[in-house]
Amino acid sequence: MRKKDFDVIVVGAGPAGLAAGYVLAKAGVDVIIIERGKFPGSKNVMGGIFYREPMDDLIPDFYKEAPLERHIIEQRMWLMDDTSHFSFGIKTQKHNVEPYNCFSVFRAHFDKWFAKKVVEAGALLINETVVTEPIVEDGKVVGVRTDRPQGDLYADVVIAADGVQSFLAKSLGLRKKITPEKVAVGVKEIIGLSEDQINDRFGVKDASEGVTIEITGPFLKGMEGMAWIYTNKTSVSIGIGVIVKDMIEHRKNPNDLLEELKAHPSIAPLIEGGDTKEYLAHLIPEGGYYSVPKMYTDGFMVAGDAAMLVDSVHREGSNLAVESGKLAARTYLEARQAGDFSERMLSRYQEKIEESFVLKDLKHYRNLPELLEEKRYLLTDYPQFIIDAMIELYTVDGTPKPEKFRKLKEELKSRFGYVNLAKDIFTIWRKMR
Amino acid sequence: MKKLRIEDKLYLIGYNVDHEYNHLGISDPEMCKTCEKKQCTYVCPASVYTWDEKEQKININYDACVECGTCRIACDYITWKYPRGGFGVAYKFG
Repeated sequence: MRKKDFDVIVVGAGPAGLAAGYVLAKAGVDVIIIERGKFPGSKNVMGGIFYREPMDDLIPDFYKEAPLERHIIEQRMWLMDDTSHFSFGIKTQKHNVEPYNCFSVFRAHFDKWFAKKVVEAGALLINETVVTEPIVEDGKVVGVRTDRPQGDLYADVVIAADGVQSFLAKSLGLRKKITPEKVAVGVKEIIGLSEDQINDRFGVKDASEGVTIEITGPFLKGMEGMAWIYTNKTSVSIGIGVIVKDMIEHRKNPNDLLEELKAHPSIAPLIEGGDTKEYLAHLIPEGGYYSVPKMYTDGFMVAGDAAMLVDSVHREGSNLAVESGKLAARTYLEARQAGDFSERMLSRYQEKIEESFVLKDLKHYRNLPELLEEKRYLLTDYPQFIIDAMIELYTVDGTPKPEKFRKLKEELKSRFGYVNLAKDIFTIWRKMR
Repeated sequence: MKKLRIEDKLYLIGYNVDHEYNHLGISDPEMCKTCEKKQCTYVCPASVYTWDEKEQKININYDACVECGTCRIACDYITWKYPRGGFGVAYKFG
């Protein structure tokens, strides 16, 4: 019989790997999770919003115990240029009651806690260890090689939750090389402020209530990207993510962009007097549906960022990671019952992902990355028109309102042309359908 | 808020520097001499890469690397590996 150290090896203790580890350990599976950081979460970065539902399904009422920051009761969207922003959004008391909708969170705190739960459930966690390559025998993945002396480990199945770079998925040919137009570089700062300052500036009652602001528009000078501010208990997370290709072409440095964002007149007052606690950077897979690889092969499954599972429209990623980790683990349990870890058996994982919200959501927006790549003016010219129109309508200068509307209509016609406008609306509608 | 330089920000990050192993490199340094954009010198969020005009080469300050991998996506000649287990960046917040 072939050597076997564990039933399952999970690579990476982020949300995907930990979710897989939790399901497996709870089911009595002999599972090891290998993490390259000093502790789970120490290498992880995200924008900072974590949705409750997929995690609650795993650990009911986790939010009562987990280290979370604020639950989010208001989500704002800003169209911003260099001097102005147009704001819309939703604030609701429906998100101000338990079990809540989503939370601001720090990965380093949350993942550490989550890992503790996984270890309590019976998984073995090894930190400070890099998995260097998969071990393949007769075309089957049978284990992993690590950077420890005599560090080869064997198992029936390897679940790769090794993040956006996923050298494992790549070396097995499941993933293509990431190209600069399919990935964004995100940089973020944690800026410390007092509870009262945050509550006053963001209009919430106390340190449990939180606000998010997502920012796009001509401020980004035609680069495809998004900026954000999220409230934590005694800090705000402020960040900006831009497609790497655009960053290269515009000869921009991510930190310079972040500094420009912080200095914007709409944003500076929100962070005034704060002190920066940490600066962070990470890649965000933005390719969407078409960049999701085949997620399995003999003895092997891929989950989370490693499988490019990010819904950039709704800035969701960690909840997709949790869901995929869970489904990979459940597929293993079925495979174990059947005593079959072949590619054919593990293909059920991809089916499960397709039936879940994960791929359904990504499929819904499948043509959006391409659309935005082609029609960059959707991110600049239209938002600029909306900002200018709002300024015009709210400027009282003796011009009667009917004339203002007439002017705006003319402006719309001369800037875009009604035919182009109709075409764009139709294209967006068709691609989002 | 006062404008922060990248050097100031890097002081805020916890690192466990591996003094014996450089995880970053350039497979063909000759290419750097003809590279027009030298995108590694500006896309890196930690400014790890700088162009040394006198020596005609890219200097790599690997201690400052935050392991995002942007350089690797931006340039095919950059060889990028994870730091050894336990080394490299260790975020407090994440």
